[in-house]
Amino acid sequence: MSDRAARLRLQLGLALASLLLLMAGLAAGGDGWSLAALAELLRGPDAQLIVGQIRAPRSVGAWLAGGLLGLAGALAQGLFRNPLADPFLLGSASGASLAVVAVLAAGSLAGQGMLPIAGMLSQLGLAAAAFGGALGGVLLTLMLARGAQHTLRLLLAGVVVGVVLTGLSDLLTLAVPEALRGRQVFMLGSTGFLGWDSCLLLGLGLLCALPLARRLARTLDALVLGEDSARSLGLPLARLRLLLVGLLAAATGLAVSQTGLVAFVGLAAPHLVRRIAPGPHAYTLAASAAAGAVLLLAADVVARTLIAPQELPVGVLTAVLGGSYLLWLLNRQRES
Amino acid sequence: MTAPLRAEDLSVALGGTTVLHGVSVELRPGWTAIVGPNGAGKSTLLRALAGLLPRRAGQVWLQGRPLDDWGVRERARHIAWLAQQGQAQGDLTVRELVQLGRLPHLGLLGTAGAQDERAVDAAMQATECAAWSQRRLQQLSGGERQRCLLARALAVQAPVLLLDEPTTHLDPPHQVAVVRLLQRLGRQGTVVSVLHDLPLALQADRVLLLRSGRVVAEGAHDEVALHAALCAVFDDAVRIQRVGSRFSAIPNLQ
Repeated sequence: MSDRAARLRLQLGLALASLLLLMAGLAAGGDGWSLAALAELLRGPDAQLIVGQIRAPRSVGAWLAGGLLGLAGALAQGLFRNPLADPFLLGSASGASLAVVAVLAAGSLAGQGMLPIAGMLSQLGLAAAAFGGALGGVLLTLMLARGAQHTLRLLLAGVVVGVVLTGLSDLLTLAVPEALRGRQVFMLGSTGFLGWDSCLLLGLGLLCALPLARRLARTLDALVLGEDSARSLGLPLARLRLLLVGLLAAATGLAVSQTGLVAFVGLAAPHLVRRIAPGPHAYTLAASAAAGAVLLLAADVVARTLIAPQELPVGVLTAVLGGSYLLWLLNRQRES
Repeated sequence: MTAPLRAEDLSVALGGTTVLHGVSVELRPGWTAIVGPNGAGKSTLLRALAGLLPRRAGQVWLQGRPLDDWGVRERARHIAWLAQQGQAQGDLTVRELVQLGRLPHLGLLGTAGAQDERAVDAAMQATECAAWSQRRLQQLSGGERQRCLLARALAVQAPVLLLDEPTTHLDPPHQVAVVRLLQRLGRQGTVVSVLHDLPLALQADRVLLLRSGRVVAEGAHDEVALHAALCAVFDDAVRIQRVGSRFSAIPNLQ
């Protein structure tokens, strides 16, 4: 099969999977999922509330958030030329987590009237805090690495920032144990809070990020040759890398602010694309976004229905499935 | 006539150690081979000439203008560079890789036109890699990959070509083919290549001999003084003797 045909088949497959999973997302409820139950629900008086305001935005939101994570994963793997790079590598996850814990702790302290500033901090919504925290974490990494010129320094700084900010989150949680429950929900990831306003934000984010990523795709292609060769082709790498890191941080931060930390989608989506129909970055970035969207939506449908009427945190499911996939991949590579 | 590329009193340090000490060279049209023992500073000189390394002192002049005065894309259109042990991994096909050579002309947003496609075709034909244009880089051997990387450098169609060990990983027939190609390119522009293989280097128009970051000798391939310097720098491990119309270096095993 030619490259073009393989890519076309993947695109069609992802489009079809998206449609089917969106339908499944609408049908998935407390009793598992069934189209007959959906048809009955749509005829009833609660259709607008349950389908229109809960299941539909949740499914669309999961698709969009997965798209942002898939795109961010492909950007990270292209930027670091490392197939194990994931969108949380530069401190965005730990930054978002710390900010969420800080707001939760502030809410608790403000309730007890303990710190005047806590009241102000608690007014900051969790989503805004997570977004700001993610960007703050990446900014700290950039400051530590003194810019984005050196990939290795950037990676090391990201690891250090991740460890330090996670440590601070732990410390804060120990000091204010009331924040523990909320932190746990955030760390496990959830699509349960997604409404139409979240969808609007995520959709706008994806609409802005995709064309920008496409414009930067040739930089990622050129980096395949190594940094010196890319520079010899007239690319202002320092500036372009900063743009790529900014885009990566914004896409990750936006997804995390709406769904919490959903693991492995950003790591697995580009892998899947490269495995089925590899190609240059202009195509891989868009296809990884679509694959991430499908993966997160699929995980959401399964998380809602696997032990219905209970729900599994979607991040747990993606971690288990994504981790198993990577183990399988490693094993396969060893065998070959 | 102004030399297309010229270094004046060039000093470069890597990791705090000075690798080039006040090197001054004029690289005129034709093919110049840079040779020298390991650690002589050959690749460092080539990278400094390409503007890829910060200089501790001195200046590089491209067509009579200081290198720093050139915009990065403008410079990239005038100097094509091939890395030593060039990397090329990932999911690009051979043709997509060679097309990257047109980036200095297109920028990040430009669309390749007929002229770009012709340049890519010509580069792939020159390095005999057109037959596997749709193969992926990971499916190529080291030698095949090296030829694709050379094609990528040729696709720039720059008047100055800086090639760091372009014959690495190649089998003898392809080494000879690359030498013929460099001789032909030397008649059209300025080609500078680092080579470890002295017999191949002696097929160049001129040879620049480095040792410990300094130019020891420079001359045409048939100059006796150059031959003497080569034998001395390589501790008499090679002998230079005439083979047909050219000279060649032969290992001195006695």
